[in-house]
Amino acid sequence: MTLNVTSVCKSFGNRKALDNVSLHVAAGEFVALLGPNGAGKTTLFQILSGLFIADRGKAVICGADIGVTPIAALSQLGIVFQQPALDLDLSVTANLQFQADLHGIARTEAKQRIAACLSRFGLSERAGDTTRVLSGGNRRKVELARALMTRPKLLLMDEATVGIDPASRAQIIADVKALCREQDLAVLWATHLVDEADGADRVIVMAKGRVQFDGLSAQLVAAQECASLTDAFLRLTE
Amino acid sequence: MKTAHALLALRAIAGREIHKFLRQPGRLISSLVRPALWLVVFAVGFHDGLGVAILPPYDTHVEYRVYMVPGLAMMVCLFNGMQSSLAMVYDREMGVMRLLLTAPLPRAYLLLCKLLGTSFLSVLQSTAFFVLALLFGVDLSIWQIAIAMPIVALGALMLAAFGLMLSVYIKQLENFAGTMNFVIFPMFFLSTALYPLRKIEESGAQWIYALTRFNPFTHAIEALRFSLYGQIEPTSLAVVAASTVVFYLIAAVGYDPQRGLIKSA
Repeated sequence: MTLNVTSVCKSFGNRKALDNVSLHVAAGEFVALLGPNGAGKTTLFQILSGLFIADRGKAVICGADIGVTPIAALSQLGIVFQQPALDLDLSVTANLQFQADLHGIARTEAKQRIAACLSRFGLSERAGDTTRVLSGGNRRKVELARALMTRPKLLLMDEATVGIDPASRAQIIADVKALCREQDLAVLWATHLVDEADGADRVIVMAKGRVQFDGLSAQLVAAQECASLTDAFLRLTE
Repeated sequence: MKTAHALLALRAIAGREIHKFLRQPGRLISSLVRPALWLVVFAVGFHDGLGVAILPPYDTHVEYRVYMVPGLAMMVCLFNGMQSSLAMVYDREMGVMRLLLTAPLPRAYLLLCKLLGTSFLSVLQSTAFFVLALLFGVDLSIWQIAIAMPIVALGALMLAAFGLMLSVYIKQLENFAGTMNFVIFPMFFLSTALYPLRKIEESGAQWIYALTRFNPFTHAIEALRFSLYGQIEPTSLAVVAASTVVFYLIAAVGYDPQRGLIKSA
């Protein structure tokens, strides 16, 4: 299993952000983590990326517990944060090179990977531009290219398509799904946009810090006796 | 941690600091204007009013601006340390900090890279200030300045670590200016940058004397002052070295998700 989260709890003061959360993602699997705002998705991602430590439970990435051996776990991880995290004064290439250096990828190898990633996302012609001048959609693509350039086993996408036009959103999702198939990449895609979850291999619904459902989207629709995934999601989380 | 990986990360983090600095020539100019004004205007104005008695390391009367040079060189490092702290807070707000904190390297090492980048820039700016002082005719030689550079580097390291530590506690950019007022000015004025410790003691202001004596910035200045004359001031060196370690460790703990104060990177 690429990602295994077991009984994770996290509180901030008296507020329980995560309450006994367990989930898993297998290699090559595209899992949508659906939840309304405040469901605990971002807190979970911050634990998975080592920014927070869980109060209880554990998160294991490719056999490495993020709370115990964070470096081993982080070396297998690609992350696209909810909040954009680009250095706007650096060029597209320099942003990717910065990440390559932090991951210890030799310069010659990094150069090839950067070129390949930019080409994949149609950004080759913008390689020398500062990220400040890029559109929101292209900035997201740069962040995705940056996350994938390190060839992670697990990709975490935290509401990565917020503020992006529908065409770019669809393109990004299609690209990531293709990577799941081609490179056995495991993807945990957090979103509150139900249509993004529709084509996922599996859907996990979170609300109020707990996992409310984990299974196929068709099973969720059937279990809630609704006509659509949107209705089922709303009924489950209301 | 492999050496090659560590070196790449150092180049990335310190290189980013240097790259940003080089893109902003105004930063170098402004870092020099401040001490230059002190050196030219303040030193001239107080040349006769503030007599500096013969105190070690000086073996004869020196011009007041000669006395001021070590303090102003450290002031350059202090401001650059604060600038770096501001950049850390900015990076946190812009999300870039997350990249650093999710890199597969020990957090303490990542902070050390940042520290080294900041210190390098501080030394660079201090060197430019020394050149400026020579151009203004301050009675120092290139040789004196050269042998003092290791102490400049140590002081720069301490002040960069101090800035790093502050960045843990400053949560928002808006709070930065206020914090600086409570940090830079007391640190500078409660030091031996402008007047010797003995003068403060003789003035009878005992609490100011005590604060000045225990201010690590005072010791950075005194270590530098003695080194300019080829002498070592062991107490000041020890205080600067110890303060560097303490500030760095507090910052490292602050950025540690297990124990830290950074609740959101």
